[in-house]
Amino acid sequence: MGIVKIKKDFHEARWCEPIIYEMSTPGQRGILVPMPDDEIKAAAGDVLAAIPAKLRRKELNLPEMDQKHVLQHYVRLSQETLGANLTNDISEGTCTMKYNPRVNEDLAAHPNFAELHPCQDEDTVQGILEIYYKFEQIIKQISGMDRVTFQPGGGNHAVYTAASIVRAYWESKGELGKRDEVITTIFSHPCDAATPATAGFKVITLYPDKDGFPDIEALKAAVSERTAAIFMTNPEDIGLYNPRVDEFVKIVHSVGGLCFYDQANANAFLGVARAIEAGFDMCHFNVHKTFGTPHGSSGPANGAFCCKEEFAKFLPVPTVGFDGKKYYLDYDHPASFGKVRDFYGTAGVVLRAYAWTMNLGADGLRECADISVINNNYFEKKLLEIPGLSECYAGNGHRRQEQVRYSWEKLKEDTGVGTVEVCNRVVDYGIPHYWFSHHPWEVPEPMTLEPCESYSKDDLDEYAEVLRTVSKEAYENPEIVMTAPHKASAHKRNDDAALDDPAKWATTWKAYVRKHRK
Amino acid sequence: MSKPVYPYIPNSVPEEKAKLLKEIGINSVEDIFKEIPDHLRFKGKMNIPEPFLSEYELRRHVEGLLAKNKSCKDYINFLGAGTWQHYVPSVVDEIISRDEFLTAYVVGDAQGDHGKWQALFESASMIGEMVGMEAVNKPTYDWANAIAIACRMAARMTGRREILVAGTISPSRLSVVKNYCKPEIKIELVKYDSETGLLDLNDLKARISPNTAAVYFENPSYLGFIETQGEAIAKIAHDNGTEVIVGVDPSSLGVLAAPADYGADFAVGDYQPLGLHMQWGGGLAGFVCTRDDKRYVAEYPGLLYGITTSVQEGEYCFGEVFFERTSYASREKGKDFIGTTTALWGIGAGVYMALMGPQGFRELGEGIMQRVQYAQGLLSNIKGVKVPVIKSPCFKEFVVNFDGTGKTVSEINKGLLEHKIFGGKDISQEFPEYGNSALYCITEVHTKEDIKKLALALEQVIKGL
Repeated sequence: MGIVKIKKDFHEARWCEPIIYEMSTPGQRGILVPMPDDEIKAAAGDVLAAIPAKLRRKELNLPEMDQKHVLQHYVRLSQETLGANLTNDISEGTCTMKYNPRVNEDLAAHPNFAELHPCQDEDTVQGILEIYYKFEQIIKQISGMDRVTFQPGGGNHAVYTAASIVRAYWESKGELGKRDEVITTIFSHPCDAATPATAGFKVITLYPDKDGFPDIEALKAAVSERTAAIFMTNPEDIGLYNPRVDEFVKIVHSVGGLCFYDQANANAFLGVARAIEAGFDMCHFNVHKTFGTPHGSSGPANGAFCCKEEFAKFLPVPTVGFDGKKYYLDYDHPASFGKVRDFYGTAGVVLRAYAWTMNLGADGLRECADISVINNNYFEKKLLEIPGLSECYAGNGHRRQEQVRYSWEKLKEDTGVGTVEVCNRVVDYGIPHYWFSHHPWEVPEPMTLEPCESYSKDDLDEYAEVLRTVSKEAYENPEIVMTAPHKASAHKRNDDAALDDPAKWATTWKAYVRKHRK
Repeated sequence: MSKPVYPYIPNSVPEEKAKLLKEIGINSVEDIFKEIPDHLRFKGKMNIPEPFLSEYELRRHVEGLLAKNKSCKDYINFLGAGTWQHYVPSVVDEIISRDEFLTAYVVGDAQGDHGKWQALFESASMIGEMVGMEAVNKPTYDWANAIAIACRMAARMTGRREILVAGTISPSRLSVVKNYCKPEIKIELVKYDSETGLLDLNDLKARISPNTAAVYFENPSYLGFIETQGEAIAKIAHDNGTEVIVGVDPSSLGVLAAPADYGADFAVGDYQPLGLHMQWGGGLAGFVCTRDDKRYVAEYPGLLYGITTSVQEGEYCFGEVFFERTSYASREKGKDFIGTTTALWGIGAGVYMALMGPQGFRELGEGIMQRVQYAQGLLSNIKGVKVPVIKSPCFKEFVVNFDGTGKTVSEINKGLLEHKIFGGKDISQEFPEYGNSALYCITEVHTKEDIKKLALALEQVIKGL
């Protein structure tokens, strides 16, 4: 290859699909249900008569459609979706959009997994128990921690699990009333603030110093005998590795507080740096990011929560144990705070992640880390040549690791075209909508991109060229960017305010018809 | 052996990597990792088993592990209790395994990912019709989390700090709810009549107070019976300014009334029975539904996908409803927290609801109840087996008591395994008042022969044959 080609003639599918309720024809059936045998019917009699009249269903307004048209509708909707396996999805900084191998889908669809009931006798689920156990051993190697639970249903849920553990810990010491503050940083994910708040803690947020690192002086001022814990990411969402992270840990430990490491962005550090060396008590991984499982349009995901042995007694039950002969569900967490989800977590994500990891091994994991930072640094260099684009904390002398938070501030000043408009325009070149930043936008006109190891040099070059093209358009013909997207499956909304207006918003078709089709 | 080129890592080709390093102007990746101080670096090698580099070997390895499982395709399964075996239509599997939906990002915009937003909006619309509500969230983790979210919403709305929960709730769900409601919201269990399973209205009246934010009950309940006093419970609650949260198994809603029709303010439950594989409990996905009223909508922690119009005449478009309330927008000042949850299962359940239609759900519900009635008849003829234990109509699950058999549920279930049957869930620890009992589940996947095999096997196991 070598010549950078961008998809100038790209056009996403635009099927103009009606809402499914508009496609209904009374009497049509999409699938028939297996009916009971006549003997059963005769023996059972009129079972519905047992339901009090008022509790019987009178009508049910669901679409009535034949099977072909249901399939067709959803296939078309899928074609109006830019999944990562079919696009150059460097776009989602902080979210590590990897290639999701098809073989792992085959494995997850295997009846010996898909058709397992969670209450089956342990003797009949030794395979999945073994996968849980072995994947826990792998995660322990990657984090340096002693114990892991896969019960949380995603990264935020794992961070919430951390907040629950912190609360259980202080409760066990009888100090929960006093230890009521959790410290986080503004460039840590919002869940590092929101989940401790949900668990009942007051949240103190640290802001960055002049180089973009969390302000260590501010931390020194914030810690006290009220500090329950710190919840921090590293690298933060802007891609800078905090070289003093262990000092942060020591400061919090010095007042007796606990330290939780949000490792949602761990991809670049597999085999390179671990939570344990930095001194943390707990950490988590977004299994669906770092370990190559699909995001599923927003889940099912999985959060691996890891901790030192000292905290294992508080873990949600059950975890998976091995007695040398047999794998078993381990309820021996005597101070367990309970559960964060029914059963054992999103087992399909764990299964896929195990397979992904076993395809790569220790060397392959390290290769992911190496390539992701090399990709990012190459990509950064290319992007910073684009007019109107800069990166936050430019020139601070620190190399970015796996991602970068860029800024279109200059472009906006020069042309009036800001990051929202650029983002809408990249879709016209077949690139998925990119990630701006979590709120608040500390960096003006932000764009956060993460070219993990799944992307080739051609991908990096294509992406950079698309951004360069859009920048050029902004300077020469801003209108085309301001009115984008033009070639996506749908156009810009014409009334964003309607989504915040109770008289107009509608999260269901019934509400929409009531409000807009009187 | 030289380092392999990894099929998932295009730039693992040494020449490609070298090109990138050259362009960056560095010699090695260590020039990037030098940002990490030496004492924070991991110096060892991770002790991870040797990989299976070829896809074939990987598949052999993982399939070998899976071969150690016995699935509900090999065995006849009568377990329910929070994950249920229903038939999964091929169309559902096809849609949720398409790379477009399967690998799409969490948020994505409403233009490039228009189809995903529409599919999730349609799922919300259909489950809303099932429960009789007009506001519906993007799927959450599971039923348990859906209850917990509703409880916290009700507490914020009312400013009250107590939730009364029917004592027949699933203990596992209760554990999730209690933790999520800590520390400020107290969860109290309301008594029930062990003969009928129904909520004790007198106890409810005695317990309800100006501090009661919500009453929660399940219909059908965890123990399978239908709670027939919905209206009376709702009246007691509403007279006290208390919200009513009803947990439902949506597979029952072709025959059972929508919870809104008997007074629910919130309906919660799980999408899993709607065409999602059990996956060892990983198929769960919760829904939270309320009236479309700002008081409720303002308290949702999760994303709400709204329909609107675009600049193109006649075109639908989608967007986030009232985004400011979320923790994505407002960090710790948002409502609870939000994150990646279970959207793909929501899409799958939508496909299922569209396939089934009203007639499908009616036939599903009635057919299940007929099979249950038939099964109870057969089992009640077995010496020492008592069924029904709870004397209220039930939907797809029911309690079977084995006190008269001289055997524990655990012994009986071990015996049933020999017959390639997974017996009902042992509830003798969870609900000791029902003695040595198990919770059996029967759905449309069970044939007459399956049920007869169960009866025959039980008879043999009990007799010690």
